[in-house]
Amino acid sequence: MHMINILIAPILIPLLTGTILLLIPKKITAQRTISIIAGIVLIAVNIFLVLDVYQNGIRTLELGGWTPPFGIVLVGDMLALLLVTTTSVLSLPVLLYSFRSIGREREKFYYYSFYYFLITGVSGAFITGDIFNLFVFFEVMLIASYILIVHGGTKVQLRESFKYVLVNVISSALFVGAVAYLYAVTGTLNMAHLSERIGSLDETVPILTVIAVMFLIVFGLKGALFPLYFWLPGSYAAPPPAIAAIFGALLTKVGIYSLFRTYSLIFVNDTAFTHTLLGILAGITMIAGVIGAIAHQDVFKILVYNVIVAVGYVLFGVSVLNDSGFNGAIFYLIHDMIIKAALFLLVGTLVFVAGTSKLKKMGGIIKYYPALGWMFFVAVMSLVGVPPLSGFIGKLLLIQGGANAGDYWLVATMMISSLLVLYSMIRIFLNGFFGKPTLERPDQFSTAKGLLWPSALLIALSVLVGLGAELLYPLVDIAATTLLQPEIYIEAVLKE
Amino acid sequence: MRPNDVVVQTATKVLVFIILVFSVFMFFNGHHNPGGGFIGGLMTSSAVVLLMLAFDLDTVKRILPIDYKILIAVGLLIAVLTAVGSFLFGVPFLSHTFGYFTLPILGEVELATALLFDLGVYLVVVAVTLTIIQTIGEDR
Amino acid sequence: MEIVMSIVAGVLFMAGTYLVLSKNMIRIIVGTSVISHGAHLLLLTMAGLKTGAPPLLGLEASNYTDPLPQALILTAIVISFGVTSFFLVLGYRAYKVTGTDDTDGLRGPDAHD
Repeated sequence: MHMINILIAPILIPLLTGTILLLIPKKITAQRTISIIAGIVLIAVNIFLVLDVYQNGIRTLELGGWTPPFGIVLVGDMLALLLVTTTSVLSLPVLLYSFRSIGREREKFYYYSFYYFLITGVSGAFITGDIFNLFVFFEVMLIASYILIVHGGTKVQLRESFKYVLVNVISSALFVGAVAYLYAVTGTLNMAHLSERIGSLDETVPILTVIAVMFLIVFGLKGALFPLYFWLPGSYAAPPPAIAAIFGALLTKVGIYSLFRTYSLIFVNDTAFTHTLLGILAGITMIAGVIGAIAHQDVFKILVYNVIVAVGYVLFGVSVLNDSGFNGAIFYLIHDMIIKAALFLLVGTLVFVAGTSKLKKMGGIIKYYPALGWMFFVAVMSLVGVPPLSGFIGKLLLIQGGANAGDYWLVATMMISSLLVLYSMIRIFLNGFFGKPTLERPDQFSTAKGLLWPSALLIALSVLVGLGAELLYPLVDIAATTLLQPEIYIEAVLKE
Repeated sequence: MRPNDVVVQTATKVLVFIILVFSVFMFFNGHHNPGGGFIGGLMTSSAVVLLMLAFDLDTVKRILPIDYKILIAVGLLIAVLTAVGSFLFGVPFLSHTFGYFTLPILGEVELATALLFDLGVYLVVVAVTLTIIQTIGEDR
Repeated sequence: MEIVMSIVAGVLFMAGTYLVLSKNMIRIIVGTSVISHGAHLLLLTMAGLKTGAPPLLGLEASNYTDPLPQALILTAIVISFGVTSFFLVLGYRAYKVTGTDDTDGLRGPDAHD
């Protein structure tokens, strides 16, 4: 096999896996085995790609041999590959959790196929270097997510997926419209070429600002930015925990990544307007999300609103447009993907053993499930950013970036919202795990056998990211440098 | 009361073959002219849908005992593996090539690897469309 | 011609928005389909309509029409075909479960109550 094609592997492996699994829907053991093997291979290939890019610089693949800017090109820069790797690494424990929790019926109805099609879409969206191809991978991801969210077909799921599909179809139409305007103005859709053409402009072009805001709306809808997150709390709380975990960890992150990419590479024509707007919206998102998290008494809802808070943090890092801010945003993005997956699995297990998702009805769980309780505690500490866990370094860099850019109000907002996040999550710990036990005898609790160790894997990963920040930092720094200096990206893609 | 569907059934018996032949023509036409796997597939499925309308689902199922969900996977595999084929020749993913061959009866024809890819598309389109219609139609 | 087409795209968006705002599921689904087609038309129009000969090898013309937007909307149309059919099946399932095609019929308690 020739090495030039290795960059397609993060897309090809899940696509082939999903397709092969379509052929054997009833053979559950075979499906599980194939899924695990594919997951491990995917992780190995992705780590190889990260190391390769670390040593040799950005890797590109011109699909079908058509040279850019005419053909579609895949670009494996450090940011894309770090995110693809994180995706594959966290998708394996969630897959293991599904084995125990998702149920035979769903397994027979193509659950694993669509799981892998979702990963195909997510990986493709990270790697592509063409803005229309990004739209296509968004759709691959969304169609898989439509199916996963409605999988099982309860009334709640039907209602939430109806809203979810409606919002996303409309935002996809806006995406196509925004691409149309962009093509009309610039005459190209290759990201590097766009960056070159827009970057070489000397004065601000108002129409580009309009287009940038259109993309902000499109990606804001997918990424749950204020005021476009209204669809998220309902739809992420409807499906089973394993699916909610993969949604909370991946789907909004693809929207955030797309904003990150376009707002660093392409829309830098009028940063005084566009990035200020992004910063303000990010600030409101942090506050609005945490208000929702405090207001709710349903543990799933509390967690789902915390997904929105994280969107605010990362986009705040994007808006400051400096080295520390970008480093922090990337660090926090990776951290948040892992810890949100872990928390969704833990809360899913908590709801399973307690038999309710209402905070007021549960209590004293730690007496019977000490491991679950303390894992939840560690995960919350990591989410909030207690050193040396993985949330700390990301937040520190974000604060530094905000301070360097002089956005003191946003830094203050972020710190306040962090404290409130701690309050909203520790409430679950204190009320749910301690407090007065609602059930007296242990046999009234359901068994959590096999549900804990996938979350343990994810928490261990989070701790590793925190302790190994020193090792990860050079990679993150390369990713941030590439984003801050589009010339590197343009050079690698267009080879001029 | 049995509906009077003699006209539809008689016409369908002839029309289905015309549509099928035309869809195959469209499929092969696609390389240089308007046509291709997508619209060829849609036409083929419209022929089957016409059969379903004129007769009924169970009869059509007896004539065409195909599990369309398996067919989706087969079509996808054909398309993806055609693209993967480029690995063997050390060219970028999805690269296509073509050549001229002399075949019996047909004489000299141009054969392209894009046709294989299109065959995958064709199968996927037929299978997806019919799965959707069958799923809704079977449910009473 | 571009101006006429832009207006048509606008009308499609308007009609689609009106349909999506209704309570009837089928209308909502048709509305999303109309909005998507408005976007496709916009994409085709934005790149300029018929600016030259068809972009085919061997056709000796001084000017060719840009083929890219057509490839793009073909892709977008196929995607919207798939999504619309999924949406129809979803609407149908919701109708079977709730017995009504009114979106009010889907109202009810939250997920894990």
